[in-house]
Amino acid sequence: MADTPDHAPPPLVTPLNAAHRALGARMVPFAGYDMPVQYSGILAEHLHTRASAGLFDVSHMGQAFLVGPDHASTARFLESLVPADILHLRPGAQRYSQFLSPDGGTLDDLMIHRPHNPDDDGTLMLVVNAARKDHDFDLIRRHLPADIRLDIARDRALLALQGPKAVDVLVRLGADVADWTFMTAGPIRIGTLDAHASRSGYTGEDGFEISVHDTRAADLWSLLLAAPEVLPVGLGARDSLRLEAGLCLYGHDLDETTSPVEAGLAWSIQPRRRLEGGFPGAERIQFEIANGPARRRVGLKPEGRQPAREGTEIRDLSGRHLGTVTSGGFGPTVGGPIAMGYVAAASAAPGTKVVLMVRGRELAAEIVPLPFVPANFVRRPA
Amino acid sequence: MTVCFTEDHEWISVEGETAVVGITNYAQAQLGDVVFVELPDVGRTLAKGDEAAVVESVKAASEVFAPVSGTVAAVNAALATAPETVNAAPEGEGWFVKITLSDPSELDGLMDRAAYDAFVAAL
Repeated sequence: MADTPDHAPPPLVTPLNAAHRALGARMVPFAGYDMPVQYSGILAEHLHTRASAGLFDVSHMGQAFLVGPDHASTARFLESLVPADILHLRPGAQRYSQFLSPDGGTLDDLMIHRPHNPDDDGTLMLVVNAARKDHDFDLIRRHLPADIRLDIARDRALLALQGPKAVDVLVRLGADVADWTFMTAGPIRIGTLDAHASRSGYTGEDGFEISVHDTRAADLWSLLLAAPEVLPVGLGARDSLRLEAGLCLYGHDLDETTSPVEAGLAWSIQPRRRLEGGFPGAERIQFEIANGPARRRVGLKPEGRQPAREGTEIRDLSGRHLGTVTSGGFGPTVGGPIAMGYVAAASAAPGTKVVLMVRGRELAAEIVPLPFVPANFVRRPA
Repeated sequence: MTVCFTEDHEWISVEGETAVVGITNYAQAQLGDVVFVELPDVGRTLAKGDEAAVVESVKAASEVFAPVSGTVAAVNAALATAPETVNAAPEGEGWFVKITLSDPSELDGLMDRAAYDAFVAAL
């Protein structure tokens, strides 16, 4: 309900702004955009996504293409900025990684997709956070070699269809995605619309993120929303869904001081990169992987029903400072308060009892494993 | 019984020296799904403007300020297990606290129903 200051520039809008308003969405400023926080209500939207399918407008996120002469050239360039193995990313696959600072802090997290079509060899598609897109694209441009260019896809919208019935909806509309596994990506046709999708998302559920030309975004939105399984879902439930799924939100659970190892994201740094380094902050990352980080991201389950919000101090039972909550709220599927935060590594074991200082009072809580709700992905057979 | 309203979207239902305080239907709609309400201890003395309660929605925590001065005579204990009552019946079963008024003249500056409805309509 925060007011926008008078001197702020007018908010940016996505191609679906009129559609949100027509649905009666409550709009809020987010990352410079006028975005829907809820339609029918956060609880209902959250639970519907876990049970059926929710449709999200995430067009505020940054989409871009890195275009180079061949895959090895483009991959090696991107590997100079992120710690994931991009060189060995299969055609048609997507991978999660982070832009790192020279001291191993996290500048943003992103998705990277290698197109399947051999004609697109040398191209990588990137999706970055809305609040960080200008930063990220500047970072890339500062390091671009002469034979690689950055094409920012300002004319593309991004929709997310998330939930166990998302695949049924897309298949019924003609999309050939039934055989895709988690983190597969490629071109799809939905009805008469050409789009590009990945089987991924930010909810812990099976689902798809669908990139479409902005002139067709409203058509795709209406087509998907017409399916009986689908309800529109705003940023409120997007946040509660990702928190239950134990997923980091940049600027909260990840920032320039946190390394991906502290954040529990070492799984996203493949063995070759751990061994070879060659990415910003490699010295710190390699040290933390070998010796353990000083602090770790953990799940927190407060006793009772009272939520603990971002910024809440975490103490041990003797009152000593352990760390801070970085995301906290109510988990509709969990049916109670949940939080994530960073604590000293020695106190990070699940089962550890801690105290959360909420408005001057002690709230008992326990460190628990993440995620709070098991992921429901369609994995590739090993 | 008189009911008055504040610009912070609280209602105060006054009978004799006792005021029942809650949040309005407009306020609950703005907050969204209420998942927890922190209420003051019975017996606590509140000055007008003191933090009297905290309403937690899925999204955020919002403070509720005492619209009048007095002593907390009772709190709605049912909200501990059924906070969603604030959404379902904000101006009835979803009440927050009963306050024994220390200065009934503070009520004079508050809005009646018609004035509050006009205030909300202009938002």
